[in-house]
Amino acid sequence: MNIALKLRDPTAETSPTRRARLAPPPSVAGKSVALMDIGKARGSEFIDRLEGHFKKAGVATRRYRKPTNTKVAPTDLLQKIAAENQLAVIALSD
Amino acid sequence: MPDGLPNDGLVIVAKRDCPTCVLIEPVMQSLDRAGPLAVISQDDPTFPAGVGQVIDDHDLERSFRFNIEAVPTLIRLKGGREVERTVGWDRAEWTRLAGAAASGDGLPAWQPGCGSKSVEPGVHETLVARYGDTGLKARAIAVGEWDDPIEACFERGWSDGLPVVPPTDDRILRMLGGTERKPDEVVGNIPPNLAPCTVEKVAINAVMAGCKPEYMPVVLGVLEAALDPLFVLHGLLCTTHFSGPLVIINGPAAKAIGMNSGVNALGQGNRANATIGRALQLIVRNVGGGLPGGMDRATLGNPGKYTFCFAEDESDPDWEPLAQRRGIAAGKSAVTLFHGEGVNGFIDQKSRTPEELIRSLAMGLFGVGHPKLCLAGNAVLVLAPEHYKIFKDGGFNRRRIEDELYKALKRPGSELIRGAQNIAEGMPPSFADKMVDKFQPDGLLIVRAGGEAGLFSAIIGGWPGQSVRDECQSVTHEIR
Repeated sequence: MNIALKLRDPTAETSPTRRARLAPPPSVAGKSVALMDIGKARGSEFIDRLEGHFKKAGVATRRYRKPTNTKVAPTDLLQKIAAENQLAVIALSD
Repeated sequence: MPDGLPNDGLVIVAKRDCPTCVLIEPVMQSLDRAGPLAVISQDDPTFPAGVGQVIDDHDLERSFRFNIEAVPTLIRLKGGREVERTVGWDRAEWTRLAGAAASGDGLPAWQPGCGSKSVEPGVHETLVARYGDTGLKARAIAVGEWDDPIEACFERGWSDGLPVVPPTDDRILRMLGGTERKPDEVVGNIPPNLAPCTVEKVAINAVMAGCKPEYMPVVLGVLEAALDPLFVLHGLLCTTHFSGPLVIINGPAAKAIGMNSGVNALGQGNRANATIGRALQLIVRNVGGGLPGGMDRATLGNPGKYTFCFAEDESDPDWEPLAQRRGIAAGKSAVTLFHGEGVNGFIDQKSRTPEELIRSLAMGLFGVGHPKLCLAGNAVLVLAPEHYKIFKDGGFNRRRIEDELYKALKRPGSELIRGAQNIAEGMPPSFADKMVDKFQPDGLLIVRAGGEAGLFSAIIGGWPGQSVRDECQSVTHEIR
């Protein structure tokens, strides 16, 4: 990251500066998983394989696709994913 | 020297915008011929003309490093180190320091210089942040060049929901310039985490709230009052009730920083009112860790939890200001903190005598919390000018208004106990045979504020925590 600006921490500095990643859920049972194809080559193959695994495990999935792989996903798509699912997998490729 | 300065020779720091610098342009040309000389030009690299070595100092780094306060400044370097300097134009001094080439024949013998651009308001702190040692101890957080710093503050959870001013070093240094207190001084431990809060952390949060540096003494005074154990800030934060800290400022500090006590005093639009209250809340959030949904368990909260701060109208010499009523000497600045739940507008456009208005106000005040609950929370009564005028014209001063309201706010316990008037809520049955006060002694704070037009007042209900009078009260502190 090229640093453009330095801010000073207004907090009591009791937590790390890098935010911890969300902990993975203890179980996917009963949850709906969004499978997001970001539109890059062969990403859909990866999503297909995942979908098969989830199906076998009895986990509901919903598929989504970015309109273009060159730009970030539109807000309404992200809101739709968040409204309809509890978990999301974003396919990478290359 | 690598940066264009002579190892042994003269340096002049100047700017075209300075008439004295322009006046001595021939002297600079003469000294250049005698050499060696470098001129550090703050605002125009083509000035002075006819000098071989002119260093463009638009970024003011060299002026900062030479600690220049006024221009022109003539400096003699020896072995790369400064050995002498003189400021402004003084022929005797310049010729003593630089020889006959600095005589400036035909010029006046003396003319004062101008302020250096490096010490203009706000500039010095920026230069310290860029080139100096800020001395700041708070952890630095890097923001990428493509990131929006305001969004970065949101993402880190530093905001109350509104955009904050990104706390950069130069802004923090300017804010610290508003107080003589040391940045590393601990003001107190902020609940709920009881984290130590230094003056520097106060300044950082004050920057984020949008304060000006001159607000710092008030912000520090507000925080110290909020940390008075009698104010029970921790409990106020944790409560499911609506309340949050209401800040009332009295005295010359309020006037000095332009606080609003007039039109829309409880509303938006005044920077000091808005940001001082917000700074307190941001300190509780960021330093203390008091987050809504975390330790802040308010069922509904109130909009005043963003900020709730105003000044009392002290324009009438007949009126005893709130701070004096609460023991602060006249002429001193003070902060009063109350556990306020929000503004309840009180309308009475028919009362014309103090007695009528007392009865009417008492009826409104009975509604605080619940009309059948007494001693369960206090109140602030904000008297707007037209209501106050009724009292003043009728010969009622503050003490008289307080006494009359106190009497008018007594009710028979039989009307208040649980089940009375077919309403379950109410006082315990043990109050049935008593006359019951609505508020604790001194529990009703009366303050003057508001615009000239409107037969209104405002009632700001308190917090049930105030019912334990020995443990929880409003507090008033002098602002140092």
